[in-house]
Amino acid sequence: MATLETQSGPAEPMILNMGPQHPSTHGVLRVILELDGEVVLKAKPMIGYLHTGIEKSCESKTYSQAITLTDRIDYLAPLSNNLCYCLAAEKLIGLEVPKRAQYIRVLLTELTRITSHLVWLGTHAIDLGAMSVFLYSFREREEIMKIYEYVSGQRMMTSYFRIGGLALEPPPDWLDLVRRVVANMPGHIDEYENLLTKNRIWEGRTRGVGVLSAKDAIAMGASGPMLRGSGISYDTRKTFPYSSYEEFDFDIPVETAGDCYARYLVRIAEMRESLKIVAQAMEKIPPSGPFRAEAPGIIPPSREEMKTSIEGLIYHFKIFTEGFAPPPGEVYQAIESPRGELGVYMVSDGSPKPYRVKFRAPSFVNLQSLPLLCEGRLLADVVACIGTTDIVLGEVDR
Amino acid sequence: MQLEAGTNEKNLAVQKLREREPQTIAEVIESRGETTVVMARRDLIRVCQFLAQDQSLAFTFLSDISAVDRFPIEPRFEINYHLLSMQRRERVRIKVRVAGSDAVLPSVTGIWPTANWHEREIFDLFGIRFEGHPDLTRILMPDDWEGHPLRKDYPVEGYR
Repeated sequence: MATLETQSGPAEPMILNMGPQHPSTHGVLRVILELDGEVVLKAKPMIGYLHTGIEKSCESKTYSQAITLTDRIDYLAPLSNNLCYCLAAEKLIGLEVPKRAQYIRVLLTELTRITSHLVWLGTHAIDLGAMSVFLYSFREREEIMKIYEYVSGQRMMTSYFRIGGLALEPPPDWLDLVRRVVANMPGHIDEYENLLTKNRIWEGRTRGVGVLSAKDAIAMGASGPMLRGSGISYDTRKTFPYSSYEEFDFDIPVETAGDCYARYLVRIAEMRESLKIVAQAMEKIPPSGPFRAEAPGIIPPSREEMKTSIEGLIYHFKIFTEGFAPPPGEVYQAIESPRGELGVYMVSDGSPKPYRVKFRAPSFVNLQSLPLLCEGRLLADVVACIGTTDIVLGEVDR
Repeated sequence: MQLEAGTNEKNLAVQKLREREPQTIAEVIESRGETTVVMARRDLIRVCQFLAQDQSLAFTFLSDISAVDRFPIEPRFEINYHLLSMQRRERVRIKVRVAGSDAVLPSVTGIWPTANWHEREIFDLFGIRFEGHPDLTRILMPDDWEGHPLRKDYPVEGYR
């Protein structure tokens, strides 16, 4: 660093502030870059611009109320957050969720993985100058958003998974929409690959850029496509199956190069794998059956029961005024979110409000590797590195 | 990397620790299928090094560090290290309790570099210090913020 020389004598590195208002930082990330010409000597991510104190807010809400906050952590994959939170609460209470609800959860979280990867693909491509992929991927995302809206009434902040099952029975013909996505999506993915995979500009911008070795990936706690792009075959869905994932047949895509291109390939392959899981889940979901567990005092009674029986009315009233109190204890529940290992550490003190909820956000941990990816490389590569880290600032800052 | 199915009923980390460092285990809690080892602050680094570097244990991945404030109970703070062994498909939680008047722990960044931001977050939101941390500054809150928001004596709506 001290060896910089110009014609007029020794030079000092230039400090450049990238963000927090910068289109390719995907939100409000600020990176302080120390530059020697175009070469990045040092990169320091500064975060916290979107810190909303979700963990603190959870402590003053009942277990059920806090679900709506989880949507807002990773706003590109709200159902994954719902799922992880609900699984943690169910583990704390010791609730068994009916198989039908588990399969619907799997189906919807895999669709979430696809929507999240589509947003990643579109924004990452537009960052690197491939404009059309953005338009295509958002077009397909909209089709999946329609499924969410049809099932839960909301496009994004669904809060559709509840402790013990689902919020409501999905409409009878909802699988027709899913079937259409499963039929059309592989062709669309081929379309993206036609535009990018063998594209020389794309390869030039991503191959050998932002290399993360397997050793560094583990040391930095990277997970998800960041880890699998570096040659480590680890996926929570396989290693610690939850929500009946052990009954599904799918592969874990792994690439060994560890660069931006490898992470791109992993995510593209993951979308195809997710479609396989969705197709299997469609076969498995029984047309009728309970969509939430039988647990009076924890699961609200059906509308019918609430109107006609006195117990139903009492339970309904108590659940929505006081909430329910899981036995004291602590759990750590991890799932494979689109970005990596999403964990919820939940502590109960025997009161109806969680004593402590901690979200182990994969974006937060993955972002730590950013300096490793872009130091010593060109300024333009920083954009590619941020892109394939696939951060969501809502999740980084919580 | 090959992944083998974990066949041991009992947590191997606890078995090994009982063999090698029995004096470090203050308590073992088995609950809801999770294993927690409670230990004193002075043993933390030695045990973590052992867990991370022992070939047969291989807790090379630190998933998460989370703190809990038990105010007004003393010792007030609990710090939980969630470790993962990818090869053996096993998790273990290391729990250390420290008093509010002496909220300092040794940093584990030397063992797992990923601990850097986790420890900064806990410093920021709980005011627990980590000795030997390379850059112990606030991470989520502004640098001039007063107080540590996730402490139980910090009001939800903030100081007015």
